[in-house]
Amino acid sequence: MELIFYICSGVAIIATLLAIIGTNPMHSLLELITSLLAVGLIFFTLGAPFAGILEIIVYAGAIMVLFVFVVMMLNLGRATIEQERQWLKPSAWIAPALLTLVLLGELMQLLATQPDDHAVAGGAIVGAKAVGVMLYGPYLLAVELGSMLLLAGLVAAFHLGRSLD
Amino acid sequence: MNAADALVAGIPLSHGLGVAGILFVLGLAGVLIRRNIIYTLMCIEVMMNAAGLAFIVAASRWQHADGQIMYLMILALAAAETCVGLALVLQLYRRFRGLDLDAASRMQG
Amino acid sequence: MLDLLFLVFLFPLLGFFVLAVSRGHISERTTNVIGIGAVGLAALTTALVGYTFLTTIPTGGAYTQLLWQWMDVPGFHPEFALRLDALSLVMISVVTGVGFLIVLFSAWYMHGEEGYSRFFAYMNLFITSMLFLVLADDLLFVYFGWEGVGLCSYLLIGFLYKDAENGSAARKAFLVTRIGDVAFAIGMWLLVKELGTLNIQDMVAAAHEHWAVGSGVATAAALLLLGGACGKSAQFPLQTWLPDAMAGPTPVSALLHAATMVIAGVYLIARTHGLFLLSPVAMQTVAVIGATTLLIAGLCALAQTDIKRVLAYSTMSQIGYMFLALGVGAWGGAIFHVMTHAFFKALLFLASGSVILACHHEQQMARMGGLRKKLPLTFWSFVAGGAALAAIPPSAGFFSKDAIIHLSYVSGHHGLWLCAIFGAFLTALYTARMIYLTFFGEYRGTTPDAHGHGGEVHRPTGLAHHIPLTVLIIASVVGGFWGLKLIDVLPAAPSGEQPMWLEALPLIVSFAGIAIAWPLFMTFGKTTERLTHHGFGNAIRTLWLHAMGFDWLWDRLLVKPWYWAARFGRRDATDIFGRAVLETGFTHANQLIALTQNGRVRWYAASIGLGAVLILAAVIYS
Repeated sequence: MELIFYICSGVAIIATLLAIIGTNPMHSLLELITSLLAVGLIFFTLGAPFAGILEIIVYAGAIMVLFVFVVMMLNLGRATIEQERQWLKPSAWIAPALLTLVLLGELMQLLATQPDDHAVAGGAIVGAKAVGVMLYGPYLLAVELGSMLLLAGLVAAFHLGRSLD
Repeated sequence: MNAADALVAGIPLSHGLGVAGILFVLGLAGVLIRRNIIYTLMCIEVMMNAAGLAFIVAASRWQHADGQIMYLMILALAAAETCVGLALVLQLYRRFRGLDLDAASRMQG
Repeated sequence: MLDLLFLVFLFPLLGFFVLAVSRGHISERTTNVIGIGAVGLAALTTALVGYTFLTTIPTGGAYTQLLWQWMDVPGFHPEFALRLDALSLVMISVVTGVGFLIVLFSAWYMHGEEGYSRFFAYMNLFITSMLFLVLADDLLFVYFGWEGVGLCSYLLIGFLYKDAENGSAARKAFLVTRIGDVAFAIGMWLLVKELGTLNIQDMVAAAHEHWAVGSGVATAAALLLLGGACGKSAQFPLQTWLPDAMAGPTPVSALLHAATMVIAGVYLIARTHGLFLLSPVAMQTVAVIGATTLLIAGLCALAQTDIKRVLAYSTMSQIGYMFLALGVGAWGGAIFHVMTHAFFKALLFLASGSVILACHHEQQMARMGGLRKKLPLTFWSFVAGGAALAAIPPSAGFFSKDAIIHLSYVSGHHGLWLCAIFGAFLTALYTARMIYLTFFGEYRGTTPDAHGHGGEVHRPTGLAHHIPLTVLIIASVVGGFWGLKLIDVLPAAPSGEQPMWLEALPLIVSFAGIAIAWPLFMTFGKTTERLTHHGFGNAIRTLWLHAMGFDWLWDRLLVKPWYWAARFGRRDATDIFGRAVLETGFTHANQLIALTQNGRVRWYAASIGLGAVLILAAVIYS
């Protein structure tokens, strides 16, 4: 179990890094999907199979396919790759990289000083049934709000997606 | 969960959260570095996914379903955000004939 | 039934809110239904409550309805409580009854004017505030209504705000009455500090407990309240705003500046009579102020050429009579005169509005004349109102004014009595002059003047015009027979005997005034005019026309120095410092910060990230 976790973590981090420094949008998307699949596996190792399945189906499946669809529709070819190369100059990325490195350092230090270091994987599995009971019990209002949010997203996408005229 | 389980299972909480933190920071770096709006949206997805991972790790730590519920909420948020974001990508492409986010900087003080 | 009392002010308040939120998007007909209906319902409620009150008088002669606690701090607990006794019943009857007739008349007068529903909204707000003023059981609550009517007066005088002169008249009225209001407020603070309560009954009781008659603090409190009353009731020396307030539409002059608002000062003094009884000095001052004002205003009214200004000065002079009555201890007489004055002065103002519209917004009496045949109802309104004003029996004004003059003699103030007699002569003289010039002789406005005023007279039509005038004619003639029983609320008037020939004197001078006016202004009108336009006569006429020069005096004494101080203050050290350091400093800082707002999303995201870094650092290293 632990081994799978660490392997998946490595895959996720490397794939994400490749995705954000890539210049071809299509390649980056595929790398991102890889990363998401790895995270889905991590969910399995942490005893959350329902979330893992959703990660694969909704995140890697539906949402990323939407991205792919838009990239295909815009037909981003070689010109885009050239453009990306130009934009990725060191002067553009050094300052943000330093800022985020500092943030990472701070996060790591916070984690390192945490006294609570109990093991998390390998315990009992919290399955789909437990999640469902909670979801339609105490969290019913949150579900309603989430559905309203999705509806709002739908309306906004419909409105914004129309052509200019 | 008894003491024997704790000895067998070996992923510490800080490792799980650490992975989430690294993914989040990578996403943030991408948002700050990339000028292409599609990359920006992708990086926002990464950040949200990292937040979801943190919730799942916490849920696993407490053996509770609440964290997974939060993950579902994040999922709904990500779906809605992608909808609007991609519609904005199309608008940007139509108005500026390109995907440069800095081109859309007329809303300044 | 008495617990319906709160409805009296609730109806006009609702009417105001509905009309105010409609923002002029409703028709005149709907406005009439809401604006007049609300006041009508208030009048009906008043009648109902008043009938119940008079048939079954509550114990102690008063009914109190506590609405809510206004504030509750240690040592100070003002309440929103309504108090209905004989005094406030008279007042709410006048406010809602006469108010209803005037609002009804407004439907005729304001027909087709711009801001029609705004006008009725203000009128409803005014009636609400006035009801607060007269029903309140607590001086702070009285002050609330007091300021409310001041605001409405400002809004209504400046109603036709497109003419800059109306705006400045409104400001003048607001500022001059404000001087009195400040005195009133200081008086209230003094009372709170000394007695710890503003509830009128408790306050008066406590004053009698703690203060001796003639003590300095009682005199100070009474004089401060008197200052407020002088401002609101246009008494000397704060009288200058009332003639200019005639810039408002005529129904406003009738309701605010004749029938109700300006008698608030009289009401205040009558309501706090217990306090004034503690201070003979304050009482004497009230009487002297009243006598002074009635003479000044009576003389000024003689020289006016504008029909509304004649009425304005006559209002001032009649309120002078009321103050005189209060000062000599004739409390009931003062309130009686308040009531009859509301009837006949509202009638005169409405009738003058009728004349003004009939002559195409002409207000100069020099361009009227001979209207007796053309406007019969208006003419008879003037005759009835004028007779009441000049105290000709059996009209309402005769009873009230005669009572005041009689009581001022028997209370031993013979000098003031002489002033009152002379004032009665002046009243008859200027009233007769106004009626003669307007309704007798030849019509002098056949050709329109430069402003398009004048021209052929057209006769007013419509029930909204006829009903109020008719009802008020009846009230002015027979209103005096309705004696007021105020003995529960106000102390008894002084009693005494007066020689028979002195008893008849007011009547004789009134008839004399009317008789002299005809040859003076009609038969030998040209001679009078010639005399008063040359030399000494001209000087006197000009002085009277301009209200004895008080405007000029206050301008020199107060306004000009104030302007000078303000101009000086504009260039003092703090302003220089402010402009040089603060202004430029803030401008530059603003420009610097504006640079960060460059419209780039990535920049904003980076600033969020930086913020996260800083907050985490603070968490870790603290």
